[in-house]
Amino acid sequence: MSELWRAVTLRGRLVLAFALAVLLALPLVADRYVLSVLTLILYFAYVGQAWNLMMGYAGQLSLGHALYVGLGGYVAALLWLKFGIGPWLGVFAAVAVAAAFGAMIGWLGFRFGIAGVYFALLTIAFAEFTRIGFDHLGFTGGAAGLFLPFEEKRMGEWWNLRGGQLLFYYMALALASGAVLLVALITRSRLGYRWLAVREDETAARALGVDAFAVKMAAVVISSAMTAVGGVFYAFYYNNLFPSQVFEISRSIELILAPIVGGLGTVFGPVIGAFVLTPLGEVLITLTARLGVNAPGVKAVFYGVTLIVIICVMPSGVWPRIAGFLGLKGRAP
Amino acid sequence: MTALLSAANLSKRFRGLVAVDEVSFEVAAGEIFAVIGPNGAGKTTLFAIIAGALAPDDGTVTFAGARIDGLTPDAVCRRGIGRTFQNARPFPALSVEDNVIIGALLRRPDMRSARIHARAVLEALDLAEKRTAPASSLTLPDRKRLEVARALATEPKLLLLDEVMAGLRPTETDRMVAILKQLNRDTGTTILLIEHVMRAVMALASHVLVLHHGATIAQGAPEVVVRDPAVIASYLGAEAVG
Repeated sequence: MSELWRAVTLRGRLVLAFALAVLLALPLVADRYVLSVLTLILYFAYVGQAWNLMMGYAGQLSLGHALYVGLGGYVAALLWLKFGIGPWLGVFAAVAVAAAFGAMIGWLGFRFGIAGVYFALLTIAFAEFTRIGFDHLGFTGGAAGLFLPFEEKRMGEWWNLRGGQLLFYYMALALASGAVLLVALITRSRLGYRWLAVREDETAARALGVDAFAVKMAAVVISSAMTAVGGVFYAFYYNNLFPSQVFEISRSIELILAPIVGGLGTVFGPVIGAFVLTPLGEVLITLTARLGVNAPGVKAVFYGVTLIVIICVMPSGVWPRIAGFLGLKGRAP
Repeated sequence: MTALLSAANLSKRFRGLVAVDEVSFEVAAGEIFAVIGPNGAGKTTLFAIIAGALAPDDGTVTFAGARIDGLTPDAVCRRGIGRTFQNARPFPALSVEDNVIIGALLRRPDMRSARIHARAVLEALDLAEKRTAPASSLTLPDRKRLEVARALATEPKLLLLDEVMAGLRPTETDRMVAILKQLNRDTGTTILLIEHVMRAVMALASHVLVLHHGATIAQGAPEVVVRDPAVIASYLGAEAVG
């Protein structure tokens, strides 16, 4: 930890401290709407970070991460609804279930040499048939969805994630900061280096004694577990879960945009990407609503265009450019 | 001296083609052993079998007293065999140092000692001043040396080198020969190399195996092997000895 702090330049420390202070103090001035957008940004920064770990560092393309969000959300919500088990405990079950699914998909893919696009197809398939399964599962509410009831007397029970916008804002901030710290630490570790080796050239990595299978399994398990925590947050924030919404492939795509735009395989890429994309998307929705235009697909089109532009203009993402501009390039250790 | 690596009756067929045909040899601990032969003789296939990239159809490979044929490449490396690739395969986006650290991590418990070890290896291979450069920016000779550095960082008992001299200028070849000789002398690392550059083979090897169409046509001390009529006819050509 202290080694990590020492690797950050003075200017980097100042920027980091300033950004964190601003985010901590923002609720003093921001209204409910702005806080809700910020919460969304931080949520996408968090789940984007989880995906970034797997794709950006370990080089394994998953297009089905909505599966882990959904599983995490459903497990925690069901434990809360059916057994009165709070999310602080439920999150462990959520993580366990999602990680088990992640491990199963990973095992199938990596054991049988399904790589690249084919692995991505496998992840989509799992998310899709889980969606269809949940559509027909009676005790999860099926296609009609699952609702966490609003209970006046429970409001303010922050330990049960029952509270207002402010609670969820700080929760999201804690999650996003925690994820940044975790990724920064893990990518400087032995495991992180081995991920990079496998991402760059798996054959060469194996020739250097890297157990590529184990390393990739670690990536998918950690990434799915992290994503499931985001799912628990999602369930208690929105208080409703519909299979057609949470497991949708468009959800998986939405979740990977921030790291791609911000910069794959960088610690701050997903955060910057979320801060760029989410507000623009929200502005666009507000704008079309104000103009009275009924254009339900406008956000998707906007994301698509942004992605094309970013890939053409800055293929390694926005963050490396910003970092270079601000003089925040990490000191060589 | 006892054999560190021994191959017995190794065969590998690709459909009709017999790439390696009943090849047997022993590499003693501490020696430098060269495999030579014309293109398509089966050298790289033989190499791939030892490194675990291919499983032999017949025969066995024994390393340090245990069978290693059929093990995965990473398991072979963990047993103590480091290899290079004929076409260098650096991790392009990573720095030179990080490339070597990944090799060093195999036997070093933490990042700090892996980094220290990686720097020592880079020093030995004249790559120290390029350590922060991305591997993709290296020239061919540097890539070849990085390839050796990475394999060496795993602290192998046996180093497999697949044409590390190919494409090097004579002075660079001499430098590589000197590095390998010093390595062999100082650390006792056994080296098995595939090589076309006879100048390097003659300078390094204490034992040479000549393959032709997958089969052994000669084996022995380099001075003896290069005068073998079969070797001259199939590979070296008469003028090479002249």
